[in-house]
Amino acid sequence: MNSKLPTIVKEFETQILQEWTKNQLSQMGSTDKISESELKSESQQFLNLFQISLQSGNTSVRQSKEWAPIRDYLSNLSRTRASQGFSPTETATFIFSLKKPLVARLRTEFEKSPAVLLEEVTASNELVDALGLYTTEAYQKGREELIGRQQEEMLELSTPVVKLWDGILALPMIGTLDSSRTQIVMESLLQKIVETESEIAIIDITGVPTVDTLVAQHLLKTVAAARLMGADCIISGIRPQIAQTIVHLAIDLGSIITKSSLADAFAVALDKRGLQVSSQRQKTALRGEVSAQPPLNH
Amino acid sequence: MNSPTPEIVPIRSESDVVIVRQNVRKWSISVGFSLVDQTKIVTAASELARNTLIHGGGGELKSFLLQEGNRKGLCLIFDDQGPGIPDIEKALQDGYTTKGGMGLGLGGSKRLSNEFEIKTEVGKGTSIKIIRWKA
Repeated sequence: MNSKLPTIVKEFETQILQEWTKNQLSQMGSTDKISESELKSESQQFLNLFQISLQSGNTSVRQSKEWAPIRDYLSNLSRTRASQGFSPTETATFIFSLKKPLVARLRTEFEKSPAVLLEEVTASNELVDALGLYTTEAYQKGREELIGRQQEEMLELSTPVVKLWDGILALPMIGTLDSSRTQIVMESLLQKIVETESEIAIIDITGVPTVDTLVAQHLLKTVAAARLMGADCIISGIRPQIAQTIVHLAIDLGSIITKSSLADAFAVALDKRGLQVSSQRQKTALRGEVSAQPPLNH
Repeated sequence: MNSPTPEIVPIRSESDVVIVRQNVRKWSISVGFSLVDQTKIVTAASELARNTLIHGGGGELKSFLLQEGNRKGLCLIFDDQGPGIPDIEKALQDGYTTKGGMGLGLGGSKRLSNEFEIKTEVGKGTSIKIIRWKA
């Protein structure tokens, strides 16, 4: 069958666009995620590409090269919408709301011949459905990419072993500790101890919301492993509520140096290394007293 | 008096234990617990949820918000259909462990709660109820 749809869409592009955008706006209810003009220009672009692809007569939306520009356009659109916070339904509505104006247009054209009308409507619905499904798939893919990226970012976040001073490492732990993440973090600490030949490692648990027996066990094992490698561990960031909980759990951290803040732990570490922090101002004041002479003339 | 409908959280994987902690934290804030009490009940829930997972082979957590006159509290029930605990006395002993943990979780969570109750039947499963009242 030779469909009239391409010619109709070409001829009535403006009217279809108008009805379509009106439809979309009424279905969305609110327009806080996208402006009306944005929606109009997106619809315009889509309809333009749609019209061109239609002229090819090819109806295999998913594979043919004639529909490639449309597929690219929809992929991009879905991805942007996913990141703008559109729901899958809202995203697919963009395409599905095109059905109504198309069918309305076909009806006025083929009012006299119901058989042709039925065929044309079925064909146009099939097209729109295929495009709509493609949009949903692309949306899903966009979300998956987003989640994947976030997971990678999380893993990167989770292993920041930092060098505070020669021979002093710090591991600021953040978030949940009882997953496989802990294993990675602990391994990277031990590795870093070897690399930097550090003698002291400070494990800061300020960012760990809950310390239960499993977390404590992980910490104790890490401290034991570090000790075997010749490094001492200090655990810092033990807040009052964590301290009380640890006592109730009867966890014995007696063999480990613990401090409430990272600053305190760092002070202990410096002390152990025989280092001292002193104020520059005090020093100059002191020097001033010793050599209270007028400056030399050059 | 119990709240009419309990909230139920399934415990099937390690990530569910995290969700249990987050939910218990949320509920204990809604009861108005102090930061220390929040931490206590969240930690107890973390221990028991992990026990449900590791020893019970998975199960669920039911939570009730309690109100008795002016007194408010949070009740958590951990249910599993696992092998049950043959010797409760021994299981509650500090340092007794069967799966390589520290052996402090069960006794610890008892000490972290105001009320603690174990119902267990070998071969049928275990149900542990804890209550913490607002101080």
